[in-house]
Amino acid sequence: MTAQLRFRNLTLGYDRHPAVHHLDGAVAPGSLTAVVGPNGAGKSTLFKGVVGVIKPLAGQIERNGVAPEDIAYLPQIAEIDRTFPINVYDLVAMGLWRSKGLFGGISRRDRDTIEHAIAAVGLTGFEQRPIGTLSGGQMQRMLFARLLLQDARVIVLDEPFNAIDAKTCSDLIELIRRWHGEQRTILTALHDLELVRTHFPETLLLAREPVAWGKTADVLTPDNWVKARQMCEAFDDQAHACAVEAA
Amino acid sequence: MLYDALIGPFLEFEFMRRALVSTFALAFGAAPIGVILMLRRMSLMGDAMSHAILPGAAVGFLLAGLNLFAMAAGGLIAGFIIVVGAGLIARSTQLKEDASLAAFFLISLALGVTLVSMKGTNIDLLHFLFGSVLAVDDPALLLVVGIASVSLVVLALIWRPLVLECVDPGFLRSVSRAGGPVHMAFLALVVMNLVGGFQALGTLLAVGIMMLPAVTARFWARDITGMVGTAIICAAVSGYAGLLLSYHAGLPSGPAIILVAGVLYALSVAAGPVGGLIWQAVSRRHLEA
Repeated sequence: MTAQLRFRNLTLGYDRHPAVHHLDGAVAPGSLTAVVGPNGAGKSTLFKGVVGVIKPLAGQIERNGVAPEDIAYLPQIAEIDRTFPINVYDLVAMGLWRSKGLFGGISRRDRDTIEHAIAAVGLTGFEQRPIGTLSGGQMQRMLFARLLLQDARVIVLDEPFNAIDAKTCSDLIELIRRWHGEQRTILTALHDLELVRTHFPETLLLAREPVAWGKTADVLTPDNWVKARQMCEAFDDQAHACAVEAA
Repeated sequence: MLYDALIGPFLEFEFMRRALVSTFALAFGAAPIGVILMLRRMSLMGDAMSHAILPGAAVGFLLAGLNLFAMAAGGLIAGFIIVVGAGLIARSTQLKEDASLAAFFLISLALGVTLVSMKGTNIDLLHFLFGSVLAVDDPALLLVVGIASVSLVVLALIWRPLVLECVDPGFLRSVSRAGGPVHMAFLALVVMNLVGGFQALGTLLAVGIMMLPAVTARFWARDITGMVGTAIICAAVSGYAGLLLSYHAGLPSGPAIILVAGVLYALSVAAGPVGGLIWQAVSRRHLEA
């Protein structure tokens, strides 16, 4: 089977300093993968590389059959201007960008789709509220509604459950499981290992370099976790050029 | 009596009618752009741009005298050079865009005033800085109306990505590459409208009809559509009332228009229904839910 995403000796980073170092591996189509690791392990950097926000320092990312624009991406810290005078409905509607583009009209059917997405995240009744009046959890629900509309084959979620209460978290997990049932490929960065064990079949343990990647139960062992902590050494200003052969 | 005061001057004098139409056209073109500038926290950027077009207009003046098209072309060229230059410097150095714009516009203002003074008189300089809306002739009127029409059409075309880039630039980047071109098109509109306002209000005041109605609108509307509508009405009312004020009281017309816009702003800060000071001071009982 062709992989949905394949990393070939991938190195990503900033100012030549690697944050993800020599990553090899493949994400199968329709798989649900948790990406775990200590802070600074390169989870967000990997995701930015996957959606094309940053270019690899070395190596390649193959995205079989999807353009970077077709990947739905929820960044860890959304750049949303919460004081902007726009309501929940209009912001969620922007998820239709891929099918509507710059000029496409919003039809009656699209309106139904938008209403459904808002209902699916439990925000019915909030359509006309300015986004600045939402709580943190409601904001995250709204962003999930927008992801629903994006209808993407590959979905990348960067720590979607940070500072989110248990109820919201379990509601949003349900959406992720629904996407998984629809054979979408999902990568999610997480810190809550219980959540990973319960809901995510595959796990990538990252500590700048990949520590382990495979079935969640095989990856999340105490040994691997200790290894990850040790490998996640600090960014070194005096670092020498990496000697590992470039592919 | 009331008729004489409010409508008479416009029926009697052609230059008043021309001035009125040109301020209305400016209202339709510039006010929506001002709203976007305000929402992007680029309010002072319009100010910087308006100074930046001065040396261009001045070069036009040096080459061709008080020729409208030479000055407008010079202003447009200078404006675009500054926009692109500031953008490039911001992208390739540590300096943020506002800092490089500040550097550019101070240099431009000094250069512009020097250039105008080399050939012209102080009257010319006053015309450059503060405009002369009562001297708007047919070609100038056509230019202003043409710019307003182009602005409205282009704004309609780029509205969706423009708004999205204000709310959630990260999302726009992830779904589309339109962000960069749309931003440039928008900056071009800013420059064009300032050049359009230049003949009527001068380089220093043209930005007033763009920004004052926009910040006023924030106190009247909660969504962006309402803000754009309020800003246009507010700018048009300022034009009309300002011209009347200058006619009856013998005040210079450009500053009178901007002063009226300023009064509307002050009233809105005090009593505007969305976050006006009076409403904040009145303590009404909080709601049940």
